[in-house]
Amino acid sequence: MDRLNELINIILGIHVDMTWFLVLSALMMFIGIYGFLTRRNTLAILISVELMLNAADINFAAFNRMLFPEGQEGYIFALFSIAISAAETAIAIAVMINIYRNLKNNFVANLDKLKW
Amino acid sequence: MDYSQFLYMHDEISLIAVIVILFLADLFLCGDRKSGTVSKALSLLPVGLLALQTAYIASALLCPCGDGMSEAFGGMYQNTPVMTLVKVVLNVGTIIVFLMADSWMKRPENQIKVGEFYMLTLSTLLGMYYMISSGHFLMFFIGLELASIPMTALIAYTKNNQESAEAAAKYILTALFSSGLLLYGISLVYGTCGTMYFDELAAKFSPADTLQLAALVLFISGIGFKISLVPFHLWTADTYQGAPTTVTGYLSVISKGAAAFVLFTILVKVFQPMVEQWNTIMLWIIIFSITVANLFAVRQNNIKRFMAFSAISQAGYLVLGVMGGTAQGMTSLVYYLFVYMVANLGVFLIINVTEQNSGKINISDYNGFYQSNPKLSFIMTLCLFSLAGIPPFAGFFSKFFIFMAAFNAGFPVLVFIALVNTVISLYYYLLIVKAMYIVKNDAPIAPFRSDCYTKTAIAVCALGVVLGGIVSCIYGYIDTLSYGL
Repeated sequence: MDRLNELINIILGIHVDMTWFLVLSALMMFIGIYGFLTRRNTLAILISVELMLNAADINFAAFNRMLFPEGQEGYIFALFSIAISAAETAIAIAVMINIYRNLKNNFVANLDKLKW
Repeated sequence: MDYSQFLYMHDEISLIAVIVILFLADLFLCGDRKSGTVSKALSLLPVGLLALQTAYIASALLCPCGDGMSEAFGGMYQNTPVMTLVKVVLNVGTIIVFLMADSWMKRPENQIKVGEFYMLTLSTLLGMYYMISSGHFLMFFIGLELASIPMTALIAYTKNNQESAEAAAKYILTALFSSGLLLYGISLVYGTCGTMYFDELAAKFSPADTLQLAALVLFISGIGFKISLVPFHLWTADTYQGAPTTVTGYLSVISKGAAAFVLFTILVKVFQPMVEQWNTIMLWIIIFSITVANLFAVRQNNIKRFMAFSAISQAGYLVLGVMGGTAQGMTSLVYYLFVYMVANLGVFLIINVTEQNSGKINISDYNGFYQSNPKLSFIMTLCLFSLAGIPPFAGFFSKFFIFMAAFNAGFPVLVFIALVNTVISLYYYLLIVKAMYIVKNDAPIAPFRSDCYTKTAIAVCALGVVLGGIVSCIYGYIDTLSYGL
């Protein structure tokens, strides 16, 4: 019990500054890029891309909160980019459903009609 | 709030009015679509309305009030005469694409979705308008996405065609990836500067700031996807081949031209203090775009795929105007865009009309095309010569001006490499001319008559290709409007 209390105190005592957010968003960005390049299912690729877009949104919110708290520009930008990425995802999923209807699966390896 | 500032965006608002009118017309005029009684009015209506709107925008150019600069919403929206001119050029291209689309729209399988084609196309055009006139990164980003999201639907327009769906998947995934990079770059700009207004940004940039350099690189790679410059070109050939031919024509000229112009204005306006850095980046991008695309174009057999690689290499020439960010560069970029538009759309018009009538899209199918369709082969030859830059066609003058601009900006080696590549490009453009005129074929594509819409469009393109270079006042007029660093 003592050790648990100690751990909680340590966690509560951590001061979360800019760096934490930047490291998180950079990690998310590169996990997204890695996923985009390695996934074999188009839906998984789409999820990876969403990670990339959200990484940028975290950046906007963190910069606004920590560095420029007098304005709202970053928050507004993050809001708009969330709406736009939702629109993009919607149309990407529509395209994938169309592919699924034709092929009965969604793997990148089967998208091979157009080559070279 | 002062609502009168909406009036500054009269270009955009008139385009929105066109979209709304078309939407209502599609809803009420078309009646019973299943029996194929779509009124003839609907095929003429989009062209007519867009022509009216073009005339309206162009009238602001002819009788300018003040210096023609306008600004709305605290600088989020900015317009200068040269931006209006680019919008007019894009509009002319869209009208040609609409004329091209007509015979395709009249096919029975497309009868139920005619209105969607026009509305989606005009939505992307609206996105390009906002992208061109943006004065804030939010406006720029929304415009860019508005230009690329409906484009996906256009590429996947032929729903039951697997190639079309595959092309759309490749397009939307790379577009999403590139907007992810672009968004991350913009967030770094915001983090280092605290603002995203273009007017305030230039003063806050310094080449020594590594975060801002990262932002510049991410920005160029994000927009490089849209212009399809090497090494961001991998989606281009597949998407161009799979998309319907009309959409490919639109994609290869209009969305590319708008993005190239925006690349110029933002590099000059926002990334002004880092001119040395972006000159170096653009130098290598241009060299790779022109060379790699030329080498790949030589070995293609599908003519749409061939035109895709030709378009990548032409995009390399187009952004040559960006080098140094001079006023002369902007003039030659806009002029090149105009000339490239008429020549490329001319080629696509003939590819499209051939595909509609015979279903053939391979270069080897064009063997002996001159025996059966001499007029079409002649126009195609004119357009290909213009793309290759042979005098006295407009393409020669546009290439000459853009080389001059890059040379004066201080990049002689780059101009030399581009010149060498012009010779290579001449080889593969002449391959098609050779197929049409010289190669013997016992069963060439049967003679056909094209419809009057296509004829009008071909006449416009042929006129543009022949007169665009000789009528020197066009270049002179653009020169009076443009600005640089």
